[in-house]
Amino acid sequence: MLLVGSIFRISDCGMRIFSPNPQSAIRGSTELAEVNPQFLLAHVRAVALAVACLVAGTGDARASDGAASLADVARQVQPKVVKLYGAGGLRGLEAYQSGILISAKGHVLTVWSYVLDADEVTVVLDDGRRFEARHIAADPLTEIAVLKLEPGDDELPYFDLSQAVTAEPATRVLAFSNLFGIAAGDEAVSMLHGVVSALAPLDARRGAFATNYRGDVYVVDAAANNPGAAGGALTDSQGRLLGMLGKELRSSLTGTWLNYALPVRAFAPTVEEMLAGRFTPAELADVDRPEKPLSLAALGIVLVPDVVTRTPPYIDRVLPDSAAARAGLRPDDLVVMIDTQVASSCRDAVRLIERLEHDAAARIAVLRDNDFLEFTLKVQADEESAEEK
Amino acid sequence: MFAFIPVASAAGALEPDAEVLGAEAQRIETIERISRPTLAIFGADGQGGGSGVVISPDGYALTNFHVVAPTGPAMKCGLSDGRLVDAVLVGLDPGGDVALIKLLGDGEFPAADLGDSDAVHVGDWAYVAGNPFLLADNFKPTITYGIISGIHRYQYPAGTLLEYADCLQTDAAINPGNSGGPMFDAAGRLIGVNGRGSFEKRGRVNVGVGYAISINQIKRFLGLLKSGRIVDHASLGATVTTDEEGRVVVDDILDDSDAFRRGLRYGDELVRFGGREIGSANTFKNVLGTYPAGWRVPMTFRRDGREFERVVRLAGVHRGGELEALLHAEHEPPVPDQPPRRNEPLPPGDPPRRPPEERRPGRRSVPQAKMPRAVRDHYEVAPGYANYWFNRYHQQRVWNAYLARGDFAETGWDWKIGGNTATGGAVTIELAEKSGSIVMPDGQSGAQFGLSLTEEKSPPRSGGLLAALHLWQRLLLFGPRRFGEVYYLGTMPWPVGPAVPAGTRSSRPAEPALRDCLVATHGGVETRFYFNPDSGDLVGIEMQASDDEDPCEIYFSDVREVDGRHLPHQWTIRHGDELFAELKINSYDLASHAPSKDKE
Repeated sequence: MLLVGSIFRISDCGMRIFSPNPQSAIRGSTELAEVNPQFLLAHVRAVALAVACLVAGTGDARASDGAASLADVARQVQPKVVKLYGAGGLRGLEAYQSGILISAKGHVLTVWSYVLDADEVTVVLDDGRRFEARHIAADPLTEIAVLKLEPGDDELPYFDLSQAVTAEPATRVLAFSNLFGIAAGDEAVSMLHGVVSALAPLDARRGAFATNYRGDVYVVDAAANNPGAAGGALTDSQGRLLGMLGKELRSSLTGTWLNYALPVRAFAPTVEEMLAGRFTPAELADVDRPEKPLSLAALGIVLVPDVVTRTPPYIDRVLPDSAAARAGLRPDDLVVMIDTQVASSCRDAVRLIERLEHDAAARIAVLRDNDFLEFTLKVQADEESAEEK
Repeated sequence: MFAFIPVASAAGALEPDAEVLGAEAQRIETIERISRPTLAIFGADGQGGGSGVVISPDGYALTNFHVVAPTGPAMKCGLSDGRLVDAVLVGLDPGGDVALIKLLGDGEFPAADLGDSDAVHVGDWAYVAGNPFLLADNFKPTITYGIISGIHRYQYPAGTLLEYADCLQTDAAINPGNSGGPMFDAAGRLIGVNGRGSFEKRGRVNVGVGYAISINQIKRFLGLLKSGRIVDHASLGATVTTDEEGRVVVDDILDDSDAFRRGLRYGDELVRFGGREIGSANTFKNVLGTYPAGWRVPMTFRRDGREFERVVRLAGVHRGGELEALLHAEHEPPVPDQPPRRNEPLPPGDPPRRPPEERRPGRRSVPQAKMPRAVRDHYEVAPGYANYWFNRYHQQRVWNAYLARGDFAETGWDWKIGGNTATGGAVTIELAEKSGSIVMPDGQSGAQFGLSLTEEKSPPRSGGLLAALHLWQRLLLFGPRRFGEVYYLGTMPWPVGPAVPAGTRSSRPAEPALRDCLVATHGGVETRFYFNPDSGDLVGIEMQASDDEDPCEIYFSDVREVDGRHLPHQWTIRHGDELFAELKINSYDLASHAPSKDKE
């Protein structure tokens, strides 16, 4: 197998890196020198094992021993992956994503995103048939959603989540999605290949926000999570489902784009509940939200009118004799952080304040004439009762 | 690096099995083989850069239009053995982002085997070779490896040109500098020319999606590119849309198009085109985009439940001169601060080091006098051509091959040709310098050959057989240099053997093969002469009196020698969808008249 060949010969590669080309020698050595030998050895073993079960031919990728070729796997998996069209279309917000058929009757699993936030969400199957999809349920925690098409009496090809498999690092994987919206109509979704680099907890951000899901994900070395890829399928080399490609996220640590998939076990129980009609989404806000939350009004802060999606949270007015006034906040201060969280919009600011107890001391950092100033605000008991009138 | 020593010994303990080692050896062999025809392309001054691939031992090589646009007609090509050779631009397909160049120098060049891109499946392994980021200072190509992620992909034109129709999508890394380089299948056969990727917000480096122009599309254009022309893509003269029931129907059609003349109408459902089932309007755009202007393509459409099969002659996308004007417009310095396009051709691997006003396209950027001598000897400027030198060369090649089959210069104008129709009736054709006549069982016709031939369409329903024969005679007597305006179009499909089985009216069942085509204009009429590149014989004539009329088509076969000259003894004459006549010729009387030197 090709992959094995290269890994067994890694010492040769090391030699070749010291070729007359000084540029690549430097690059090669810096990257490879950090690899610890035990780690490499473990990988060599893992790859050897993984490869033993997939002998894709070397000539034309057709298997010589009866195992499915990648081309066969592609044709088997592609009909189970759908193209989804909904809201978006503005700059940087694609109006499309991918989805996976999970029942013969037309249940579609996908990521919960703004794309679904439309009056009509269109699902286009591999054979070009289009359907308007009905919303069944969504889970803000794992950010998954289930939609339903009505294919009539037709049985659709689908992934049975109960038959999903798991994979160890170094397992060869395939990513199926409509990344970049390349496929349209009856065109098949794209297929990329790679290996599982790691099974690791998701530590990622979308803009200023940490993701809600913090469990393990498959990190892969294929560029699987491009625009439009979210909701696609990650399978092993036999086409068995391993997970669902997630939204575009950057690593919290490095800021680089992540290529990853949620393992089936992270969402299978939720999906089962959804299909059974028993699922009640845990409102995320409720999880964090105190019984009696604090509000900006109680602190005496009036932000500028919230007119666009991400209106910068400038203070418009500070109410007299309020906690804000006492602390020294002023109009035109730009709220930057509340507690330890970045507030990048008016909506963020409202949401972050509402996570605090009504009598908590709120730490608010603002930007004023290029100075970063921090204030601690606390509502006094009499103000609180006044607010409640 | 010391860390590798224990790893190597530990890995050795795993004893890889023979199959693995065999596969590795095979891959190494393939990579060596595909490296040889891969080129690193630079401007004549060593600036800029991209990749290319040699496709024949005489040095023809493919690259992207957008690679040669900044280099102009002269470039330097680095081979994997370290040689740096001069190359000259031959032909351009700006719509398809393809350029044909030719390496100049002695000896044979290592050429790639051309594969079949229609046989490629999603999931097949693919190699990409080239010079990404211009890393190779010894011209050894960088090899990346991946799978075919998608086939029959359509990518909208970037700007007004560079449409990628029916292209291959791969996850093998394609980066700036890979432009114009080859994509190979696992067996090392050339299946595409890389040139584009999807990048979006992640900068101009690979993010898993690269595209290659399919080699099957390029095969159609190749013979046209060798003509040194700027080659246009095809249009049907009709547009289609996918209706609510998922049918692909004609929603607009030009009434002077060949498609209209073949009977296609508004509301008809397009079923098949170029041998492919048309399931969506996108599929149609995909298939159409792979054809050059002027190509004839089988088409099936459905109306009221009935299917019609026709062969349609495709028009060009651009009018005469329009494409060349666009080329110049496209390569004005770009407007700054343009929003990045979603999918775009890869930039050359090196940032421009010269000010933009010096980076004008093609011929204007490098004064001919400063070209290397080898390039200067293979380069000639003419409007509408990428390099007229090659057109002249092929005109002479085709004509010399024909002369070897028979020299007609001494025969004079007065010819008498006798034969029979398919039903046995006698036919006599008499040609003279100013007039001609034909006697057939069902009547006779005459024609006058004046200064203009546009109205000379006798006999009726033939589209102008006598005028076409007159022009045939003119070419044979005068040769291309004295005929009038003649150019080499390139190779085009033309049916092999008799055009129709006797007694049928069907469209054109004979399988076409690629034939050399000279286009000659005289008397206001454009005539195409088709030559068999193997034998040198003239195998067909197509005379079109005007763009909005069907031509008179003559298919020649059964070529036999008469008095030292090879002449066709089977003529099939067609006009539009109708067979006009099938003639068996049994006598050519050409030499019985006085030599016509005085008339020349």
